[in-house]
Amino acid sequence: MATDITQAAPSHIGEINKYDFRTVTEGVFKAEKGISAKIVAQISEMKGEPGWMRDFRLKSFEIFESKPMPKWGGALDLNFQDIYYYLKPADHQGKTWDDVPAEIKETFEKLGIPEAERKFLAGVKAQFESEVVYGSLQEDLGKQGVLFTDTDTAVKEHPDLLREYFGKIIPPHDNKFAALNSAVWSGGSFIYVPKGVKIEFPLQAYFRINAENMGQFERTLIIVDEGASVHYVEGCTAPMYTTESLHSAVVEVVCKKGSRCRYTTIQNWANNIYNLVTKRAMAYQDATMEWVDGNLGSRLTMKYPSVYMMEPGARGEILSIAFSGAGQHQDAGAKLVHCAPNTTGQIISKSISKNGGRSSYRGLVRVEKGATNTKCNVVCDALILDPQSRSDTYPYIEVAEQDVSIGHEASVSRIGEEQMFYLTSRGLTEAEASTMIVNGFIEPLVKELPMEYAVEMNRLIQLQMEGSVG
Amino acid sequence: MIDTLTIRELHVSVEDKPILRGVNLDMKRGETHALMGPNGSGKSTLGLAIMGHPNYEVTSGTIELNGEDLVEMSPDERARAGVFLAFQRPIAIPGVKLADFLRHATTNVRRPDRKEGEELIPMREFRKELKGKMQQLQMDVEFARRYVNDGFSGGEMKRAEILQLAMLQPKFAILDETDSGLDADAVRLASESIAEIGREKMGLLIITHHDKLLVHNPPEFTHVMLGGRLVETGGIELANELHSEGYERIRKAYPDADAENQAMLGKIEAQPVG
Repeated sequence: MATDITQAAPSHIGEINKYDFRTVTEGVFKAEKGISAKIVAQISEMKGEPGWMRDFRLKSFEIFESKPMPKWGGALDLNFQDIYYYLKPADHQGKTWDDVPAEIKETFEKLGIPEAERKFLAGVKAQFESEVVYGSLQEDLGKQGVLFTDTDTAVKEHPDLLREYFGKIIPPHDNKFAALNSAVWSGGSFIYVPKGVKIEFPLQAYFRINAENMGQFERTLIIVDEGASVHYVEGCTAPMYTTESLHSAVVEVVCKKGSRCRYTTIQNWANNIYNLVTKRAMAYQDATMEWVDGNLGSRLTMKYPSVYMMEPGARGEILSIAFSGAGQHQDAGAKLVHCAPNTTGQIISKSISKNGGRSSYRGLVRVEKGATNTKCNVVCDALILDPQSRSDTYPYIEVAEQDVSIGHEASVSRIGEEQMFYLTSRGLTEAEASTMIVNGFIEPLVKELPMEYAVEMNRLIQLQMEGSVG
Repeated sequence: MIDTLTIRELHVSVEDKPILRGVNLDMKRGETHALMGPNGSGKSTLGLAIMGHPNYEVTSGTIELNGEDLVEMSPDERARAGVFLAFQRPIAIPGVKLADFLRHATTNVRRPDRKEGEELIPMREFRKELKGKMQQLQMDVEFARRYVNDGFSGGEMKRAEILQLAMLQPKFAILDETDSGLDADAVRLASESIAEIGREKMGLLIITHHDKLLVHNPPEFTHVMLGGRLVETGGIELANELHSEGYERIRKAYPDADAENQAMLGKIEAQPVG
């Protein structure tokens, strides 16, 4: 198979993206364009799924069809019949690096995955187009009973465990895109951490979209059993295309009593991609759920990671960063729902808008009846780099109890002339100074990232900032 | 050749309001100059104009470093040419560690031709030097990990400015009230540090109300600013006189400049100018 590294950056996008390469892939199977009950059933059949999953998909498709497009958020100019919903690139999953087809390997090598694995990774799962093709997991994790596999495999190998939670945290009728994902999902990660097992190093998955006009609908389910802890990291990079592309994932997390889960995402999508993701966690007694979410690129991102604090002592934390450049709209935020007494929540949201980009913070804090003595703090800071760019804040607070403490602070700033003068008076150019100010602005999030992601995040910001003069 | 900083008939406006009205100043590297004057006379304006603050418009006159015109240069070009301003009120840059900022700044100033994105001074080398300078200034090394001026006390900000002066080693440094807001011990420490780092190595222009800084850094020249002009220049005895007697004699001797000063002070109080 010939490999063609195409420097296909459309000039009108004008943004530098080092991941702007494509590898020519021969998909083994490609469903027809568009979506119908027939295609949904075909996907299930191709995957050799049990009847319950096939029925779940078909039911979800009905819900998808019955739901109108959301009227809020960003402009959704999507033609659902112009998208491929399933593409299977290789016949079976590679168990070792040697089994991975050379062409796919090459794409991963460009992304630096083998190297990253050597250095840091406990287990690499990488999603190429719709299906995981390469996965390895360190032996000791397996010995401790940790399950870390792609979700398709979990349907076959761990059906009882999966079925207990799959679609229960985020049911198909939650929203139109959750329904779509439920109908056509493919790939994603399935993780189970048994009672008391604390995984010290982050589990990581890399994936990317790599077929024009192809949607990516991965489905992730993480179950952290009592007293266990895990940090899951996903990084996404995507090549640039000139036609619309859709990414619509669903991520469900269950944090049982006394457990802890952190889910870190850095997404750098191509400028034409619609990134519409539903992420939700249920945290039970004294459990802590943390979402760390970095959103760069895409045409429109709508993403509001949420934590439902179900039992006393639960804690939810959401840290998010959005960077919007030319032609981009990040409608990102967070949702915290206090369903029990003595629960605490925190949202820290930072957004940067540049070259006409638009960032919105959309957040909900809800305190249910009976959730007394709850505390919640929301901080959202926006940095606007030029007069063409825009930032909006839509904070919603619904409180059904008296004895609660809720704080909300919001700030919008432009890079200050005095900051620029101070830094340039020490020999930094204007571009260096504004990059430094932006990196400082997001530092509270970046310092929460594993080392190589922190480096990557700073470099991505650098690329976004290049050529911008304050 | 000794480096020179030459200012001729410098007029500077802020938001179209004239602040400096024809300043002349000659400095040589290795000399210490004191710049004194009542509030609102334009001392800080001179410092900011030399450094190139975008709001301080040079309407006429020249500022030359070794015969090269600074007025057309951006602030970073001036820094690379060897000019430094210790800010009266340093600016906080949240999230940026002092050490990271200084490594970048030091690299640029030492390698004026460095292009954006080129390598910085190697980390080990830089850390060693920074640590040495911090010990010399009796600063806790941990201080370098803090965010630039973010949550610093007045004294910490001034010491951070002196640390930057020590690292960047400019040809000419303007110290704008680097002793203000400090207690007696801190002023002594700051004065000794400046003497050790800069005296006879740099051309120092020390803007101050007090004489403590000048005890450790006795000026060869003292300039008195009033109403946006340097109305008198003398030796150390002039600094001593102003410190003990105040500006009464000067105000009486230059009534026109005094009137301008009073007028500017009125404006400045209505709308603070840096």
